Amino acid sequence: MSDERREPPGGPEAVGNATCGLAWEEPLLFEQSRPGRTGYSLPMLDVPDADPAAAFPAEWLRDDLPGLPELSEVEVVRHFTRLSTWNAAVDLGLYPLGSCTMKYNPKLNEALARLPGFAAAHPLQPVALAQGFLELCWRLERALAEISGMDRVTLQPAAGAQGELAGIMMIRAYHEQRGERRSVVLVPDSAHGTNPASAALNDYRVVTIPSGKDGILHPDAVAAAMTPEVAALMITNPNTLGLFETHIAEICEIVHAKGGLVYGDGANLNALLGIARPGDLGIDVMHFNLHKTFSTPHGGGGPGAGPVGVKNALAPYLPVPVVRKLEGSEGSGFTLDYEFPLSIGRLHANFGNVGMFVRAWAYLRSLGPEGLRRCAEIAVLNANYLRAKLRETWHVPIDRPVMHECVLSDHGLRGTGVTTLDVAKRLIDYGYHPPTVYFPLIVHGALMIEPTESEPREGLDRFVAALEAIAEEARRDPERVRTAPHRTRLARLDETRAARRPVLRWRPPEPEA
Amino acid sequence: MTGDLPRYIPHTDEDVRAMLAEVGVPDLEALFACVPEKLRLARLLDLPSAASEQEVWREIGALAARNAHSESHDWFLGAGTYAHYVPAAVHALASRAEFYTAYTPYQPEISQGTLQTIFEWQTMICALTGLDVSNASLYDGASATAEAVLLALRATRRSRVVVAAGLHPHYGDVLRTYLRALGTRIEWLPREPDGRSAPIAPALDDDTACVVVQSPSFLGPVPDVAAAAAAAHERGALLVVVVTEALSLGLLRAPGELGADVVCGEAQSFGVPTSFGGPALGFLATRERFLRQLPGRLVGETVDARGRRGFVLTLATREQHIRREKATSNICTNQGLCLLYATIYLSLLGRVGLRKLARINYAKAEYLKRRVRETPGLSLPLAAPGFHEVVVGVPDSGAAALARALEAGIVGGLDLADYEPELGPALLVCTTELASRAAIDRLVACLADRR
Repeated sequence: MSDERREPPGGPEAVGNATCGLAWEEPLLFEQSRPGRTGYSLPMLDVPDADPAAAFPAEWLRDDLPGLPELSEVEVVRHFTRLSTWNAAVDLGLYPLGSCTMKYNPKLNEALARLPGFAAAHPLQPVALAQGFLELCWRLERALAEISGMDRVTLQPAAGAQGELAGIMMIRAYHEQRGERRSVVLVPDSAHGTNPASAALNDYRVVTIPSGKDGILHPDAVAAAMTPEVAALMITNPNTLGLFETHIAEICEIVHAKGGLVYGDGANLNALLGIARPGDLGIDVMHFNLHKTFSTPHGGGGPGAGPVGVKNALAPYLPVPVVRKLEGSEGSGFTLDYEFPLSIGRLHANFGNVGMFVRAWAYLRSLGPEGLRRCAEIAVLNANYLRAKLRETWHVPIDRPVMHECVLSDHGLRGTGVTTLDVAKRLIDYGYHPPTVYFPLIVHGALMIEPTESEPREGLDRFVAALEAIAEEARRDPERVRTAPHRTRLARLDETRAARRPVLRWRPPEPEA
Repeated sequence: MTGDLPRYIPHTDEDVRAMLAEVGVPDLEALFACVPEKLRLARLLDLPSAASEQEVWREIGALAARNAHSESHDWFLGAGTYAHYVPAAVHALASRAEFYTAYTPYQPEISQGTLQTIFEWQTMICALTGLDVSNASLYDGASATAEAVLLALRATRRSRVVVAAGLHPHYGDVLRTYLRALGTRIEWLPREPDGRSAPIAPALDDDTACVVVQSPSFLGPVPDVAAAAAAAHERGALLVVVVTEALSLGLLRAPGELGADVVCGEAQSFGVPTSFGGPALGFLATRERFLRQLPGRLVGETVDARGRRGFVLTLATREQHIRREKATSNICTNQGLCLLYATIYLSLLGRVGLRKLARINYAKAEYLKRRVRETPGLSLPLAAPGFHEVVVGVPDSGAAALARALEAGIVGGLDLADYEPELGPALLVCTTELASRAAIDRLVACLADRR
């Protein structure tokens, strides 16, 4: 091991989670390419070959594809296997990204989604040949409606952000149907960035509402902003500080009294499973993140899935198609309905991220109602346990019981020259994926930690020990923290340079003159 | 419950007791004291009880068994989602949990696997489209098309869109959905008898932001991209080329080389399971000068503190978590895992393999067309040449012809009665490399045979 990677006493090796592992260098695919290699076994051509030049002008046809590499199968396999070893992942350890709910992704769900009856099926095959799929959708929709207290659910949106877009579109359609042209959407200052962006895509002006000193939204702040121009309030509950919006019912009443609707961002629904239902709190429309709450894998940044639940008043505006159970004289089974004149239309070329529906349904079937409630209880227990333990060495800006996550500030780092980003990078040396940093925006230098229910107590203790050790290092040896990570294959990366001189693809080296 | 604690949660009762003591509350219920009593659910959720692993496997496996799929039938249904052979190495590598249980690579030092893969993907998409910059993927081809049009509206500050005949009808639906709130005018051009679009130039004006042309079109014919580009550029509009079958880029010239300003669409064909159409893999590439208008994640090359090459998410100032309501899009993720499938697939096929495979797909369709021409009762109503998808006129009705094929174990294509009724009884039939000569022969016989 090189000297730069050697750790001082009391550092990561003493805490006992970090590893240096085997770390290979691996060039880009294109740099390894050698003419004549291939990694694919072409099927035999059992029909006469046909020359496209007989049908198309020559300039319409491709004559070469030099941008793709030429590699054998073994080289491709080594390439991606080596790349995989450079990733942190839930299956390797705690991944406490706040508001991302990086819980364990059960293997059973993966195996089921890969069954050819799901993975090799086609969106346009006749409904008679897709009854198992339609039944699964129908059951999942009903389960999500029960969990959330909503009346109807569409599974179509491909991610939480597209769910928000769908929800705001339905809100817009609802107002327009009533002959009202409202122009404003209210968003608390603690909201995810997708909320204002989704409102803006619907041509709404965004008005930000300040949270109270206690980190939650107060009815008087909403009342002050609630004019007849307001189409909706978007609210995340529990919010991004991990706090339950205690005044939610009153806030919903204020919005409803002026004819507005309340959109619920379901990013943090994990904390409420079986405890409280957004629909019962007064929320009119909300999205679910199947990749957060319902254990479908995050996939290195998607595919997610963002189903949307609505109260009956918004049901006419749901995206098409809609899965329907046949009844009475129609026979049995399931079909797809397209005839909804008030629908906002389609959001996806087909039905959304169906592979995620299979995984989420398997998760719900494996847990049942008691298991779901247990998720919420243990996720909240873990977050509060971290808060209780970390409070001794770290500044907890709003020190109240939390739900699924706890947020630290950089207050205790003042005078050390160490920033929140440095702490995040130093956590990597201790074997942890860092928490979400600098969010929510209303906390200075925020570290937003969501352990989920997947992490055992002793894993949390080690994580706390790591954060305590880093707090100590920040005072004793701030340079060590400022220059972290030290134990990774690559040291800290220069993000400013990447943005200033964008290199967004590989190009062959210039031939030497 | 099955009597046990859920296996996905490690906590024993002893753990819970000790942790509650640390927190300073008497029981789990007390953790939720911040939720007003009247808002709490006083009952269990009304959901089926938990089932054991083997019960769930059997129950959901039985649902899967009630769906037809491209391994249970001979498969001629495409129309935007294509059944291709996926090499075993693709599944093996993409099933590595280091990839699929990671998230968006916010921390580049421990996400280089994901980041380098995205950089390789961006490079491949630039090569396939003939353009300068590609993003790190979008939800699907339909939303990619909508995002491409939004890009053109921002870049030109104009407010009208012209869509050539041949855009996948579901893509058109999604485009309408995305544009509704913005008041954008969309003009839809009609189809000519040979299957191509009516001329574009007469439909353009000085407020037209872009022309949208699908290649190959929904019904198969390949449009004249260069002519469309010339017409669009003449009026200062951008050309958006939509590709729903990415494999066609192995046969056809890169649209960017023919003048397209944005090329977007669906890359599911590159090793991504069809999976009832999702998760899919939207892609979007454009010219350097529109870089700041690009939606979605982007990965760029940089160096680390010791001067070694590495990759990071970059140009985030376009994105919602920084710009909030002023962002280029509200998109927050990409389709990372699907992009991984496709990058592995393209690495395996490579420079030569992709072109050869595209040619095989083309040859199969040419064989189908020959067999249709030879068969009384069947017809080829559209004259313009295509890639691997063909409109076949049938003697009675699309539904009846498909029913005959199904009896022979064949999913014979898409009934166009719901999409293009003016074509008369007709199917959209797709031949990928999975379609054997024998299966094509049997399909043709079934479609012609009006009993």
